Amino acid sequence: MKILVIGYGNPGRSDDGLGPALAERLEALAIPGVTVEADYQLSIEHAAMVAEYDVVVFADADSSCPEPFYLKPVVAKHIVEFTSHSVPPEEILHIAHSCFNASPQGYVLGMRAQVLEPFSEGLSPAAQEVLEAALERLLGFVSERLSVPEPADG
Amino acid sequence: MAAKGTKYTILPLTRVEGHGKVTVHLNDSGVVDRARLHIVEFRGFERFILGRPFWEIPVAVQRLCGICPVSHHLAAAKAMDRIVGGEQLTPTAEKIRRLMHYGQMLQSHALHFFHLSAPDFLFGTEGTAESGFAAPVEQRNIINLAAKYPDLAVQGVMMRKYGQEVVKATAGKKIHGTGAIPGGVNKNLSIQDRDELLKSIDQMMIWSRGAVDIARDYTKEHFDELAPFGSFESNHLSLVRESDGALDLYDGVLRAVDKDRNMILVDVNVQRYLEVLMEEVRPWSYMKFPFLKDLGPEYGWYRVGPLARMNTASFIDTEEACAAHKEFRELQQGANNITMCYHWARMIEVLHSVEKIRDLLNDPDLQGKDLLSSGPRREEAVAIVEAPRGTLLHHYRVDRNDMVTMCNLIVSTTSNNEPMNRAVTKVAKDHLSGRKDIPEKFLNYIEVAIRAYDPCLSCATHALGSMPLSVEVYDAGGALVDRRVRGSGPNET
Repeated sequence: MKILVIGYGNPGRSDDGLGPALAERLEALAIPGVTVEADYQLSIEHAAMVAEYDVVVFADADSSCPEPFYLKPVVAKHIVEFTSHSVPPEEILHIAHSCFNASPQGYVLGMRAQVLEPFSEGLSPAAQEVLEAALERLLGFVSERLSVPEPADG
Repeated sequence: MAAKGTKYTILPLTRVEGHGKVTVHLNDSGVVDRARLHIVEFRGFERFILGRPFWEIPVAVQRLCGICPVSHHLAAAKAMDRIVGGEQLTPTAEKIRRLMHYGQMLQSHALHFFHLSAPDFLFGTEGTAESGFAAPVEQRNIINLAAKYPDLAVQGVMMRKYGQEVVKATAGKKIHGTGAIPGGVNKNLSIQDRDELLKSIDQMMIWSRGAVDIARDYTKEHFDELAPFGSFESNHLSLVRESDGALDLYDGVLRAVDKDRNMILVDVNVQRYLEVLMEEVRPWSYMKFPFLKDLGPEYGWYRVGPLARMNTASFIDTEEACAAHKEFRELQQGANNITMCYHWARMIEVLHSVEKIRDLLNDPDLQGKDLLSSGPRREEAVAIVEAPRGTLLHHYRVDRNDMVTMCNLIVSTTSNNEPMNRAVTKVAKDHLSGRKDIPEKFLNYIEVAIRAYDPCLSCATHALGSMPLSVEVYDAGGALVDRRVRGSGPNET
């Protein structure tokens, strides 16, 4: 079982950095079988990356979801977007299937963002709490998938 | 609101980097009088920079947006090189930065061509002006590209991925890269990263040649259709290499040519840009309109980006791109003013970038240990790079306490502001005059014309957020008579 977690967002917009912050915390745990990636946004090259994994978790800030976070499956689907700034997870999975004949299981980890100020580094106190809760849930999810105990410091 | 005439509002633009709104103004006879590309948000990035220590700037400017952070990173670092007196970089530092820059150029151009533009070319064009680019927006995307041309779709993804890997190996990380620092770089290229990148370079060369062939053949086969589409005569501006006028995407002097390719700005040192360039503010747009000072705002506006670079550069210093450049030049006497030739020019730059990456990866200087330069401290600096979308200028003043006291940016999409307005007007005059409605394919035409410039509107205006998606038609009295919505599904009326 190979798991990929992609945390994306702009840390220069305060809580929009929840995805990269989660990626940083997860990467520090160095869990065998789990690859961690961070980026400003999803783009087409991520399709080639996700095609190499069994399970992919897309971790992103969400300014409108219920607090503190949700973790739910996402399936391949073509979505017409206005720009290519950010290709949504559904489309990444769709491109992975279309171009690389791969169908990893997809999940979205949406974390509630409270503050989205431009040019503001660092998470708000509320987002810090969301990050801790989401990380704990993600570690549980990963452990279930890998069928191994959680790391001692997790 | 004008007392007479009809105004169409079209917003935003699909698959353009950022968001924009287009209004088309008809006269009483139903003939297009003018069209405008509006930018409606502004966030004042330059003011945010003030009061920050100069060494933070190469990282801080990457917050402008996530589309071309490497270009801003390098432009700011080049400016700060001068602040610390270290503009004469060590060979290792300059080559690491160039490698980063060519990686950025490759990934950006590959995304634009394969993901955004190729679907326009490959669907819906039946060889006539009326049928061109007429396929529904739902069809013009990489998914359908993958279904019909699977090899091309994979190439686009893998070329973009390779470019990003070059960036990551040189900038250190994808988010807020720190590779370039005032006076040099903070790391060289490891043997492991070099060897990993070399594994795929031959494949990148093959695909780059193929991309040039696609763009060239499409242009030549559909020349009668493409030549007039959104086209107009203009000046062209870019950096060129100081010693011989060669294409140079990282450093050089400013050169501009007119519509006939006569030189109108002769290799000016970038520190003197204020002597030759000015920016005009117009009340209906937050984006400024730069122009050549000597020619004034009416005649001095210019295009930047791949098309401009093909027109300004005397030659290209890599073998295969040089040959492609010569063939490109043979298409038109004087300057090439065909808007849709941006795509062919862009693929020549992809080939050039891959050739440069290949040569750099085989250069032992990339593993050198001498990474930093310094010299007499300065308090003001200008730096220019040729970003994927065109000439990108950063200008700073720094006080004795190391704090930035002034910042001015001229980004490439700002320079292309007037040209994009001209392109929109040309398309509107050719395809909308005399109509009372907005045909679906007209939205496509507007998008295709603007997309040729690969604009990054969020960067040009420093805008955040998105706008509603609608097309609105007003009568002469200002009443709404028609509204079109383009969303995630079929258009609504």
